[in-house]
Amino acid sequence: MTDETKKKLEDKIVGLVKEYDGKKRFKPVDIVKEMEKEFADEGLSKDDIKSVLKEIMNDEKLVYGYAGGSFLTLPDNKG
Amino acid sequence: MGKKHETPLLDELKKGKWVSFVREIERAAEKSERTEDLLGQVENSYRDKITHWKHGGMAGVRGYGAGLVGRFTEFPEKYPGVKECHSMRVNQTSGFFYNSDILRKIADIAEQHAGGLLNLHGSTGDIQILGVWQAEAEEAFQKCAELGFDLGGGGSDLRTPSCCVGPARCEFANYDTLQICYDMTQAFQDEMHRPSFNYKFKLKFSGCSNDCVAAASRSDMAFIGTWKDKIKINQDEVKNYVKKFNVQKYVLDKCPTKCMLFEGENLVIDDSNCVKCMHCINEMPKALRSGDEKGLSILLGAKAPLVTGPRLGMMLVPFYDVLEDSKNDYEWLKGLISNMWEFWDEYGVSRERIGELMQRVGVVTFLEGIGLEPIPEMVNHPRGNPFIKFTDDED
Repeated sequence: MTDETKKKLEDKIVGLVKEYDGKKRFKPVDIVKEMEKEFADEGLSKDDIKSVLKEIMNDEKLVYGYAGGSFLTLPDNKG
Repeated sequence: MGKKHETPLLDELKKGKWVSFVREIERAAEKSERTEDLLGQVENSYRDKITHWKHGGMAGVRGYGAGLVGRFTEFPEKYPGVKECHSMRVNQTSGFFYNSDILRKIADIAEQHAGGLLNLHGSTGDIQILGVWQAEAEEAFQKCAELGFDLGGGGSDLRTPSCCVGPARCEFANYDTLQICYDMTQAFQDEMHRPSFNYKFKLKFSGCSNDCVAAASRSDMAFIGTWKDKIKINQDEVKNYVKKFNVQKYVLDKCPTKCMLFEGENLVIDDSNCVKCMHCINEMPKALRSGDEKGLSILLGAKAPLVTGPRLGMMLVPFYDVLEDSKNDYEWLKGLISNMWEFWDEYGVSRERIGELMQRVGVVTFLEGIGLEPIPEMVNHPRGNPFIKFTDDED
């Protein structure tokens, strides 16, 4: 995966969560499936997407929440 | 110092000669104001016969999606000490072995950063530090890490694998539960700390079918120690037991498959019908021993009642040569687990445990999906499982 693709993927994931903030809770598994479709032409594997997601979480661009199941949300939502 | 909250109902739970969790909370409350509020909160819940905790929400440490279980009181003004009362799940050691120095240090962390209460161990197996506030979570976590402890699982992820004491203390262990539990924990760190499943997934390892960690009923994937060859009999010791108690009544008659009988004074076992339940070995440990060809059975799909009803695990792999696979770093087992997660990822729905998925899509489809051939030993009795049909010659 090139740095450019990685950046695109990162922006897409964070953008998606931002766009639906307060309307829809994305489970990590949903994000991975969604991105697999979105980046099908670039041949990204699930592991590629998961590793980018891991970096996003490490950088705290997104954080995990729990409501019956785990979901991704914006750090601002953390109390 | 007087009590901050009156607790007549909790006081009832201090009566009698038994250990009381109320007494322990009160002892912790002597040093912690927030734990005083915990007593009030729990009393309130007992009085109203309903929990007043709100569960979940946003609680965690940096980078991890698991390990801190969010809990908040419904009455933050009345009980400010438990406005947040999160549980920090600390990955326990394999077999729950600690030295007293480490336990004191963990207790110190609980006193400094939480309500001074520990739960050893939670139902999944972790050490739980109770009453953590979000603001102090990161520091408490870092202090645990300095002691060599990581956080455990939580949420939609691999929950902390757990195992019985195994060969470290138990003569019945048929495999090294501690080693495989440790190896799987290390191998699947990402899956444990970063929730990416449809729902929770538990691995539990029991050294024999006494199943001291309740793997068969409480874990999605249960590993139960077993053996292939004959039970070893010491006839002299059998005779000693016959002198001590009614072996016919308490051992032979209680054998689930009635595969034991006396021929004269000698005990005879039809091993082909033995289901390795451990009852006879438990009753006469000096006389009977499991065989030499040891390994484990893998069961899949157990769960407690939550979204749907409870399930016991289904026999997935009747005999897995764990010792052999351990020489290859458990390559086969890790492959099987990864295949199952892949299938669950693809076809599971939100909050669906893997056993429920197997039930929904059917065992045949599930087995095809994970690359396992159906075999007769997966079912208790011929035609006992409506999903798998064997032809006459296979019966």
